[in-house]
Amino acid sequence: MSDYRISHIAALEAEAIFIFREVAATCQRPVLLFSGGKDSIVMLHLAQKAFAPAPIPFPVMHVDTGQNFAEVIDYRDRRVAEAGVQLIVASVQDAIDRGMVTEPPDGTRNRIQTPVLLEAAEKYQFDALFGGARRDEEKARAKERVFSFRDDFGQWDPKNQRPELWNLYNGRVHPGEQIRVFPLSNWTELDVWRYIGSEDIPLPEVYFSAEREVVDRGGMLYAVNEFIKPREGEETFFEKVRYRTVGDANLTAGVRSDATTIDEIIAEVEVTRITERGATRGDDKTSEAAMEDRKREGYF
Amino acid sequence: MTDTLTSREDTHELLRFATAGSVDDGKSTLIGRLLFDSKALFDDQWDAVEAVSAGRGDEYTDLALLTDGLRSEREQGITIDVAYRYFSTPERKFIIADTPGHIQYTRNMVTGASTADLALILVDARKGLVEQSRRHAFLCSLLRVPHMVLCVNKMDLVDYDEAVFKRIENEFSAFATKLEVPDLTVIPVSALKGDNVVNRSENMPWFQGPSLLHHLEKVHIASDRNLVDVRFPVQHVIRPHSSDNHDFRGYAGQVASGVMKPGDEVMVLPSGFTSRIASIETADGPLEEAFPPLSVTVRLEDELDVSRGDMLCRPGNQARVSQDIEAMVCWMDEARPLKLRGKYAVKHTTSDVRAIVKDVQYQLDINTLHRDETATELGLNEIGRVTLRTTKPLLCDDYRRNRSTGGFIIIDEADNRTVGAGIIV
Repeated sequence: MSDYRISHIAALEAEAIFIFREVAATCQRPVLLFSGGKDSIVMLHLAQKAFAPAPIPFPVMHVDTGQNFAEVIDYRDRRVAEAGVQLIVASVQDAIDRGMVTEPPDGTRNRIQTPVLLEAAEKYQFDALFGGARRDEEKARAKERVFSFRDDFGQWDPKNQRPELWNLYNGRVHPGEQIRVFPLSNWTELDVWRYIGSEDIPLPEVYFSAEREVVDRGGMLYAVNEFIKPREGEETFFEKVRYRTVGDANLTAGVRSDATTIDEIIAEVEVTRITERGATRGDDKTSEAAMEDRKREGYF
Repeated sequence: MTDTLTSREDTHELLRFATAGSVDDGKSTLIGRLLFDSKALFDDQWDAVEAVSAGRGDEYTDLALLTDGLRSEREQGITIDVAYRYFSTPERKFIIADTPGHIQYTRNMVTGASTADLALILVDARKGLVEQSRRHAFLCSLLRVPHMVLCVNKMDLVDYDEAVFKRIENEFSAFATKLEVPDLTVIPVSALKGDNVVNRSENMPWFQGPSLLHHLEKVHIASDRNLVDVRFPVQHVIRPHSSDNHDFRGYAGQVASGVMKPGDEVMVLPSGFTSRIASIETADGPLEEAFPPLSVTVRLEDELDVSRGDMLCRPGNQARVSQDIEAMVCWMDEARPLKLRGKYAVKHTTSDVRAIVKDVQYQLDINTLHRDETATELGLNEIGRVTLRTTKPLLCDDYRRNRSTGGFIIIDEADNRTVGAGIIV
C-alpha cells in the first residue's frame, strides 16, 4: 500500500462513487434505473457505498415490460427492501392498457419502453437518470458522455454532445430536460464480473449455468418459459446454459456454459470471443445502427 | 481495511491514453492492431466490420469502422467525436480516448487529453512532421499529458529506412524542446504490417527501443500523480438522520492530490479554520491513509461549517484563494465566441461560480504559436489567454502543478452547454 497504487477495479469504483455523489449534490431529483440485471445490481451496490453510512438519497425505478424472469423480479424486490430505497415501477403493460403505447406485432416491448420511461420521468420530474450502460457494449455507446444530455423529448443528439473534460461533469438542465448518467461508462463486461466477485455481490440464479429446456432460434438458445413456447416445428432439448445479460425473458438467449460460480463465469468471460449483446440479445440485431437510433429516441 | 484494496485479485494498473491523428496517418489501423493483437476484439465485432467493408468494396478490411460508431461518421468516412476503447493485457488495463485529428476537432483532442496519462501521436513516415503533428504535440503539452509517444508509422513504405526515422525523430525532438514535454519516446512502426506494435520488428534491427505495447505496459505512471499537495474538494456532506449514526458528519469527496492520514492537521478553505482529521471512512471501513484517486469520506475532530465547494488542505501548503484568474482557454462553442465582458458560469473542482471576461490578452495560433494581441474574442477551437473575475474565489493551483485544481470548464448560462475549457496559469 505504501507505493500508493491501486488496482484498476478500485480506480473504477472510486470514479463511479465520485459520479454518484456529484449527481446527488448537484441535481434536483435523481433516480436510479434498477431492473435486477447485473449491471444495475452493481449500480445499486456502488450507490450504497457512495453514501454510507447514510441511505441512498434517491429512489430507484424499474421500467417493467411485464416480460421478466420471475426470479429476477423477486431479487429486485428483496434487494430494494434491503437497501431501504423507494421503488417506483413504471409499467409497460399499464401503458398498453391505457392506449399510450401499442404493442408491436412481434410482441417485443423493448422499443415501447422508451415512452413509458419518459412519461415516468416527466411525472416524477426526474432531472437525472442513472443507467448501467457501458461504453464497451456497443459502438454508439462508445461515444456517449458520462453525463449525457437529453432534450425535452428525451432525445440524444450524438453530434451535439457537451464536451466532457477532466472530472468536471456538467449536469445543468432546464425544467423538462434530463441528464442520463452512466457511472459504469469505463467498465468492461469483465470488470463488472470481477467486481461482483471481489465484492461478493449476490445475483439472481439465471446468471449461473443450469440444465434448462431450450429451443434453438437462428443459433441462439432460448429457454422455454412463460413467454417462450416452442413454435410449430421447433424441438426443445435440454442444455446447460446461463445468461450473460438479462433483458426481457422473451428476448434474451442463454449461452452454453458450465459456469455455476462467479469464478467460473470470470474464467469463461476472459476467453470469450463474442460480445455479450451479440451473443444474447435478439433486440440489437436489427441494423448496423440499431442502438444509435433507439438512443436518439430516448432509449437508455 | 487497506488490505481490501490490494487483495483484490486483479491488480492491474489503469493507463489512460489519447490518440491523435487522422485516418490517413493509419491511426485507426494502429488501434485496430492493438485491439486485435491483444485479443480485445470480439469475433462478432470483427465480422460486422468485415461485412460492411466487403459491402463497400474495400480492398482490405477497414479497421476504422471499429471506432467510427456513429451513422454520420460511417457515411462520411470521418471520425467526429472522441470514442473510448478498452483493452487489457496481463500487465495493465488501458482506456483509449480516440480523437480525430483535424483542426476543426481541436476541442475533442483537448477533451481526450484532459484525462490522459499518455498521448500517442502518429506521423506518416513518407510525409514527416506536418502542421497537424505540431498542433497535437502543442495541445498535449498544454494539457500537461505527462508522457508522449510519437509513432512514425508506415515504415514499410520507406523500406524501414533508419535515416528517414532519424530525420523525423530529430525534427520532432527539436520542436518538443520548445514545449513542455516531460517524457518523449519515439517508435518506428508499421501498423498495417504489425512492426513494433505488439512485437519487436525484425525489419528494423537498428531500433533498440521497445515495441509500442511494451512501452504502454511499462511506462512509469505512478509518480505522475501529485502526492505532495493535499487538496480535498468537498463534494457532498454525509449526515445520516438515523439513530445509529446520529452524530456522524462526514465530508465526501475524491482526493485530488496529496496523502491524508488520520491525525493530520487540515485547513478548510476558504474559511481558514483548522482542525484535525478524525478518521477517513469508506463503506468498507476506515482507511489508514487516502490518496488520489480514492473516493472517501473525511471526518474532522471539530465541528466546523464545511460544505460543498470548500476544500481541505494543509495549513502549511494551501491552495490559492483568488477571484482573479489568469487562464489559457480553449473555446468549444460553434454558436457564439467568447467575448470580452462576456458573463459565464464556471465549474472548478466541486465549486460553481459565475465569471466575467475582464481581458482577452491574446489569441494563439496553435500551428505557429504566434500570439495575436489584437484579438478581443475566441471562436470555436481557438485558444487564447484570458483574465476572468469570478463572483466567489476559486480554490486553485497552477494547472502545471495540479491538473485537478488547475482546470475548469466554462458553461453558457442561457442554454447550459459546456462552451470552453480553462487552464489556470
